[in-house]
Order: sequence, then structure tokens, then C-alpha cells
Amino acid sequence: MTALELGATIKKGDISAVEAAKFSLGQIDKYDSKFSCFVTVQDDVLARAEEVQKKIAAGEYTSPLAGVPMGIKDNMCQKGIQTSCGSLMLKSFKPTYNATAVEEIMNAGAVPLGKLNMDEFAMGSTSETSYFGATRNPWNVDCVPGGSSGGSAAAVAAGECFYALGSDTGGSIRQPASFCGVTGIKPTYGSVSRFGLVAYASSLDQIGPLARNAADCAAVLGEIMKQDKKDNTSVATDGVDLNAVLNYDVKGMKIGIPTDFFGEGLDKDVAATIEAAAKQLESMGATVEKFDMPIVKYAIPAYYIIASAEASSNLSRYDGIKYGYRADDFEDLLDLYTKSRSEGFGMEVKRRIMLGCFVLSSGYYDAYYRKALQAKALIKGAFDKAFEKYDLILGPVAPTTALKIGENLSDPLKMYLGDIYTVMINLAGLPAASVPCGFDSEGMPVGMHLIGNYFNETKILGAAHAYQQVTDWHKRTPAEI
Amino acid sequence: MVITDELVTYLEALGRIKLPEESRAKAQSDLQEILQYIDTLSELDTEGIEPMSHALPLTNVMRDDEVQPSIPTEDVLANAPAQKDNYFLVPRSFE
Amino acid sequence: MAKTTSWEIVMGLEVHVELATKTKIFCSCTTEFGGDPNTHCCPICTGMPGVLPSLNRQVVNYATRAGLALNCEITRYNKFDRKNYFYPDLPKAYQISQLYLPICRNGGVEIEAEGGGKKIIGIHEIHMEEDAGKLVHDPWTDSTMVDYNRCGVPLIEIVSEPDFRSANEVIRYLEKLKAILQFIGVSDCKMQEGSLRADINLSVRPVGSDKFGTRTEMKNMNSFKAIARAINGESKRQIEVLEEGGTVKQETRRWDDNKDASFAMRSKEDAQDYKYFPEPDLIPIEISEEVIKQTRNSLPELPEAKRQRYVSELGLSEYDAAQITTSKYLVALFEENLAAGYPAKELANWIMGEVMRMLSDSGKEPEEMGFDYRYLGALIGMVQKNEITRNTAKKVFKAVFEEGCDPVKYVEEHNLKTVTDTGAVKKAIEEVVAANQKSVDEYKSGKEKALQYLIGQSMRALRGKADPQTVTAILKELLG
Repeated sequence: MTALELGATIKKGDISAVEAAKFSLGQIDKYDSKFSCFVTVQDDVLARAEEVQKKIAAGEYTSPLAGVPMGIKDNMCQKGIQTSCGSLMLKSFKPTYNATAVEEIMNAGAVPLGKLNMDEFAMGSTSETSYFGATRNPWNVDCVPGGSSGGSAAAVAAGECFYALGSDTGGSIRQPASFCGVTGIKPTYGSVSRFGLVAYASSLDQIGPLARNAADCAAVLGEIMKQDKKDNTSVATDGVDLNAVLNYDVKGMKIGIPTDFFGEGLDKDVAATIEAAAKQLESMGATVEKFDMPIVKYAIPAYYIIASAEASSNLSRYDGIKYGYRADDFEDLLDLYTKSRSEGFGMEVKRRIMLGCFVLSSGYYDAYYRKALQAKALIKGAFDKAFEKYDLILGPVAPTTALKIGENLSDPLKMYLGDIYTVMINLAGLPAASVPCGFDSEGMPVGMHLIGNYFNETKILGAAHAYQQVTDWHKRTPAEI
Repeated sequence: MVITDELVTYLEALGRIKLPEESRAKAQSDLQEILQYIDTLSELDTEGIEPMSHALPLTNVMRDDEVQPSIPTEDVLANAPAQKDNYFLVPRSFE
Repeated sequence: MAKTTSWEIVMGLEVHVELATKTKIFCSCTTEFGGDPNTHCCPICTGMPGVLPSLNRQVVNYATRAGLALNCEITRYNKFDRKNYFYPDLPKAYQISQLYLPICRNGGVEIEAEGGGKKIIGIHEIHMEEDAGKLVHDPWTDSTMVDYNRCGVPLIEIVSEPDFRSANEVIRYLEKLKAILQFIGVSDCKMQEGSLRADINLSVRPVGSDKFGTRTEMKNMNSFKAIARAINGESKRQIEVLEEGGTVKQETRRWDDNKDASFAMRSKEDAQDYKYFPEPDLIPIEISEEVIKQTRNSLPELPEAKRQRYVSELGLSEYDAAQITTSKYLVALFEENLAAGYPAKELANWIMGEVMRMLSDSGKEPEEMGFDYRYLGALIGMVQKNEITRNTAKKVFKAVFEEGCDPVKYVEEHNLKTVTDTGAVKKAIEEVVAANQKSVDEYKSGKEKALQYLIGQSMRALRGKADPQTVTAILKELLG
């Protein structure tokens, strides 16, 4: 059952929000010990469900998602609930405020089940760097669910929740969605408020939904996509009509495929699956053509410079003074800082802090950070040019399907290279989705990357929805579920 | 660009972190490898390109100068590892 | 180096001014001074995870006003950057400031030069930034206690060119800055509350040299007197070092006004590397020609223009006009009463005399004058109408200044009115004459001094409430 289907059933009165919540808690009981999607399961789920049920009955909650149990990535602040970011550093941190996206989804009558696991501070593509242990891929427990929103993707795939909020800085919604066979979208930068989202790289971070299909994603997005005075980078999205997603026709749509997405490193099965998906869209009336986008190869260097630079600054506030982890013994102030941060952060976080400090340090700023901002301008320019010609750009989300646990953990560069198709979207600030489109020879899901122009979420999800009307990849579930 | 041991020490100091002794050598070689890859960016011709911080050309988003209530002091200090008399407490930091 | 070398001091100033906005620069907490620790705080100004800055429009307005009043170019497209460093008073571990594109550049302020004449002190730039919190030493635990109330109070930092050659020039510049900023309403510039603080970059060089010496920086100076002493102390120290053949180290020094000496601060464990980069959470600020024009038109008459007008139109002396226009509050005291019809000269005399005396005796700044400015006019009015004598007025003003008393009521309550009943005056004088036959005789034999004595006795008998001229006239009449 999808989130919208459940929402409609609750609205009709066939199921109560409390029953729905009980069902989801049961699913968590059954599966979470195996997949470790949740860092925290809230103890107020049933109370909240009861409250929501009352408000639905009273006509206060009218959203099609009211009463639907869902999960929130553990980097979004939720009042009174541990918000750890998958880190020992924030293990003890309970915010006294809500993230705006959390506030919005609560206003739509959401019933949050708890906080979802993630790579520490969203740094990673496997969800293995979490202090709370690795989340497992429901399609194969020996595989990673992707990251950093691995808990969000796996929880939806395992049926532990009906949808989840994730965040995407360099692919952190789309890549785990691809690895776990669910639909996820990173909207246009600025369209969902970042207030209360614990920052990794401020100019790239964006909140978005992960769900069973495009229609659910559109419904969730519709609730959280609002301009917010608390986020000066947030933008008005009045022109985006997500209701149109359900009636979208791809006939006459022009889709471009960058040849540079099909270079070295792309898994053969993934390539074939994406080609097949393109054919499918063609058969539905879209025109598909290939084009060159040579800037692709500079996306990863530019991304890692900008992301680590911003991260090194954003993570400086974790100093053991105001909140979070503080080392037990220290000699002086410097020692307090150094010990708390060294003990509180894991290796990948330390690595990116050091890289970020390097690219910003005096003497290197121009060669690295400034240069990366120039590359960012060129990447945006390349997309602007492509969207003069195409409605959507299509390609793989990741070069491979889900890797085995531990495979890349010791080789950071190899892990970074896996982000090749996703990071440039964040640099340009564009919306993009991952849509299930097949499986590799091992039976692991493959996601198709649909990239749209600014504020073209409707086009992306509309095409995905049309595709999902004639395919059933998104309906398949792991054997165990 | 060569990542020397001194540079690692400098970056640790800048970031107020210390790598565990046993993973230092690995971290140094990882950083070296990553930086080498990142250095491919130097091939990109960016002559005359204006660095872009924000992809969308927004300007002048501001709020009015109107006071809103602050939060209760116990909330300010709710997560503090050490506090005294409604102050955060840190090791002596005066000259 | 020979001890006969004469030295020139070269200084540049970085002045931090807290803006008089109601709310902080990036959140809606109050900027009110003081308060119990951590009561003017929210998740934003205490740097909690996930929060974002939201820029206060008034800060940009005020910075633009300051820039225009200080003859700067306004940077039409300016933006914020992050300055990264760890310190307990900085909860985000970065200060949001402006490095690459500050809001104002290339301005200047005219001051009286050391050797007479005028001199322009160049203003390199003005940028907007946030203030840090306050650290309090806790002797019981030998720890530091942190209060974030001040965190996020908006500041402008006014960076001068290295144009100063003496402590006097520095003080004149600061006085001028303070007056201008108060006049245009962007800051109260209360130095004792730290809302105007100066960092002094100081070096010395042999007279005639065109190269700068190595400079030291003294931070957060917030009194004119301490600044003057610090400049003299630190320049002497540097000259001594150089004359003994040593070299000055580039460092931050702390001026200890009690010990009358500066001390090197413990150097941070590494050279400062602030890792500046553009603030991604804030978008650029564009200031249109239109806004600049409007702002310029909305500026009030600045102190310099006022000074000239006071001389040319109101006939004040150069000195009086210059003194009064050093302070928005003295100007208000002057102009409010001028508007009520009191004569300019008389007002200036009162301000230069009694007001200045009371300020200096009490050690107060003009902004601390707590009385209703109309009381000065009321006092002058009573003198004009011969209701009280000038001497009585001076005594009453003390009460006005110190306790904020209404002078009319005060005179009433203390029965200080001039005795206008000539019959009563005459009677009192007749009694004095009768009781002092010896002095009367002396006067009659030509001793003028005796008359003074009799006037004094008469005034005393009348408890000072009679007009001395009337008393003299009556006395003379009685004595024939």
C-alpha cells in the first residue's frame, strides 16, 4: 500500500491512524533488528496517532497524507527528540525547536515513527559511517542501502514506514533510493526550507521525500515545499503545480541523455537497464537523444572542495561547550576542543574537515575554493544550455547497484567517485529524482535519474508517474518482506 | 601538492581534531590521493568566469527589525555539558 | 641606532560600533544591553545545530547611513563571508562578517591636525558583522563562564587608513565618529557599555622615513583616556625596543590601564588562518542608486554643517560651536531650547559653563544627562524675568542636573524667588544700615570697600533672593 492509498483509507474511515501506526510499529518490530533503519523509535507514536485521528475527524487535518506513519532522517531537528546525525557528537542532543520541514509535515497530520539512520553528518554514500552502526539493504542484507539517507530509503523499501524525509547534498536521497528500489526526489535548491536541517554543506543541502512511488513523493513535496522566512536562501514555489503530476503525459517530451554519463566505471547491467528505461519512455511518446556534456568530469572535484569547505566550517560549532559530546578529561580549553572533537567525530567526518580546512586555508583559497565556484558556474551553464533543448535529462543515478558492506569504506576516493552523476545536480541546484527502473543480474535495484530544470518538479515526477503507470519496478518488494 | 606530515599536523590544528596515531599514515595517503584527484580541476579553463556561490540569483532577502521573545534560559542551556548559574562553563580562557 | 633619532608614530584604527537596532543582526532577540545571563538568546544566536541566519534589514540601512555620513562609496553589490575561528564567545565558531565585498569603501573624516589646520583621516572600509558573547571569569572554579546575550548584536567595523600621527588625532577622530554616528541615529556609541570600541594598530618609524615599521595591535579599547595612555605607553615601548637595537614583534598586545603598560597576549598556537569564504546561508545584498539617494536625503544635518551654521547664523564663537556639536545630546539641549525661543548666546554660555562643569565634575558623558532638556530653558527664563538671580539659577541647575528636578517647582519649594517687593527689600536694608553704623561711616568717609560689605550683608539678610543691582541702588540712596 502506498502512502496516498493509506491516507485515502484513513480518510474514508476504513482504517484509523492508530491502527496504521500500530501496523508500522509492528513492521519495525519485525524487520528493524535486521536492517537497522531507525536510530530512534519515538515512544509517543500512538499518542500522536490518536491526536491526528481526532483532528482528521474534526476536519482539521485535510491533507491526503494525514495519519500516515512516516520517518524522518536523523539530521532534521525535532523538538525533544534526539537528533544525532548518526554521530556520537550529537548522541545526547535534543533540540528545543523543530525543523521547518518537520513542522510542515506535522501540520499535514504526519505520524512520525522515529529518526532514521544515516552516514555521520550525511557524509558518505553507504550509511556505514553512522556511529549507531550500518543500515542494511532490505534487498540483500550483505549490501549497503546507499547513503547518506540510507535509513530513509531502507525503511521505505522494508515497509517500516510509508514515506520518509531525507536530505540530499550530493546524491544522498537519490543514490539510496536507487540502491533500495524506491522513488526519491531532491527538489530545486531553496524550495524546501533548510531551517533545522543540521548543515553539512549549506549551499548544496536540500530536503526531499523518499516513498514507494512518484505520486507519493509529489504529495509529500506538496506539503513541505514552502518559502520560509527563517531560511534566507529559500524561494517561492508558487508556480510549481504538483497536482498536475497525476495527469502527466510524456508524449512529445524531449529527453536528453549525456553521453558522458556512460563512460568508464559504469556497470554494464546498470547501463543496459537505463537504456531500456529510455526506450520505454520513447515508446510512450517521448523523444530521446544523446548529447555531450564534457563538464561532467569536473563535478566531483568541484563538489568535494565546496562540500568539505562548508562542512569544515559548519561542523566547527561542535566544540563540547553548548551541546553534544564533551570529552571526560582535558587540560585546558584547546584540549577540550581537540579531545571532544576527536572522540566525537568519526574518521570520514575528520577527513572532510581536514580537506575543507586545506582548501580554505590561506594561500590555497583561490586555487581550490574559488576555482570550484567557477566550475560550479560552468556546470550550471552547461545545464542551462541543455534545458534550452530538453525537458528532462536522463541517466543513471549511480555507476553501480548497492555495494557489499565494507567494500568502499577503506577507500574514500572510490566512494567519492560513486557520486559522479549526482553531485553536479546539487552544484547546479537543480531538481532530480531516482525512479526504480529494473534490477541487475544479482537482483539489486537500479534507479533512473530524471533531472529537470529549476522548479520543474512536476515534469520530473509527472514523467516518473507516467512511467510507473506502465511499469511495475516500483511495486516490487524484497523477497523477505 | 604533496600532503606532508607537517601539513597534516597543521590541518589537525585548524580543525581542532587529532587523528589517532594508528590511522595517521593512512589518512595522509588518503588525503594525498583525494587531493591528486581534485587537482584535475586545474585543467578546467575558468578564465573570466565569475565564481558562483548561489545558483539562483536571489538578492535582498531580509526581515524587519521587530523583537520576538527569546527562548527560556533553561532551553538555551538544555543541552550544555557543563553550566553554572545560567552560564555555560568552559575551562579558563583568559590570558 | 643613535638616541638622537626622533620618531614618528603611525596608527590605523579599527572601530567597532554596535548599531542601535531593536533586534540582533541574524535573529529577532533583543539587543538590549545587559540582562541576566543567556536570557536574550535563541537557537540562532547560540549557534544550535541546523539553524540559519535571517538578515535584519535595519542593519543594512544603518550601515548605509553610516557609510554616506562618513563620505564612503556604497558597494552596490555586497555580501557576507564567514570568518572561522574557535573561541568560547563565538558559538558557531565562525563570525559572519564581510571580507571580499564590504558594504562601504573609500571614505574619510576631517579632523583638526596636530599642528593646526585640517586633515582627512581615510576610511578604508566599513563592514557589517555580528558581535560575540561575553566571558566572565569564575574564581571559584577557576573556569570561564559564557553569556551569549551580546552574541549577534549588529556591529559595523570602521577600518581607517594608517593616517594617525598622534594620540590627539586619534581622540579627535573618535570624538568626531561618535558625534556623527549619534547624529544619524545608527548607534548610541556608549563607550562605557562597549558599544564603541577601538583596536589600535601602532608602529613607529624615524621621522622622514616613508616605510612603515612593524605594528602591534591593541584591541577593544573603550575609553578615550585609556586610549591616549595606551598610545603613549605603547609608542614609548616600541621606541625603547628600537633604540636598544631590538625589533618590534608583530603581535596583539593588551593594554592594562591600571599598570599603565601593554602586555603581549599569549600567542595563539598557530598563526591566525581565518579560512574566510562566502557565507552560503545568506544571499547577496544589492543597494540601488535610488536607495542610496533616499538614504542620503534622509540624513540629518551633520555636526560639521551645524558647527558652521552656529557660527554664521547664530553668532556663536568658533570654540563654543565646535564643543556643542561634539555631541548629539548637547546639540539637542541647545536646539530644543533655541526652538522654544531662548537666545542662542545665553544657551551657549550655559552649556559651555554650567553644563560642561557638571559633566566634568560628575564624570558623565552628555548622553547620560538625565534631566528634561526643557528645564535649562525654564531656568534661563526665570533669570530673564528676574524671578531668580543668576547665582540662584546656578544652584538650581545643580539640582536639575543631579536629580532631574523641575527648576520651577524647585524654586517654588525652596522659596528661592527674588524678593520683588521693594518695600520689603528697603526694610531689610534699612535694618542692615542701622546695625552697621561703623561701615556706614567708613563709606561716607570715602571707603568704597565698605559699600561692598553692606551689599553683602543686605544680600545675606535677603537670603540672596534680591537683585544685587536693586540692592545697591537702594543702599546708595539710603546712604545719600
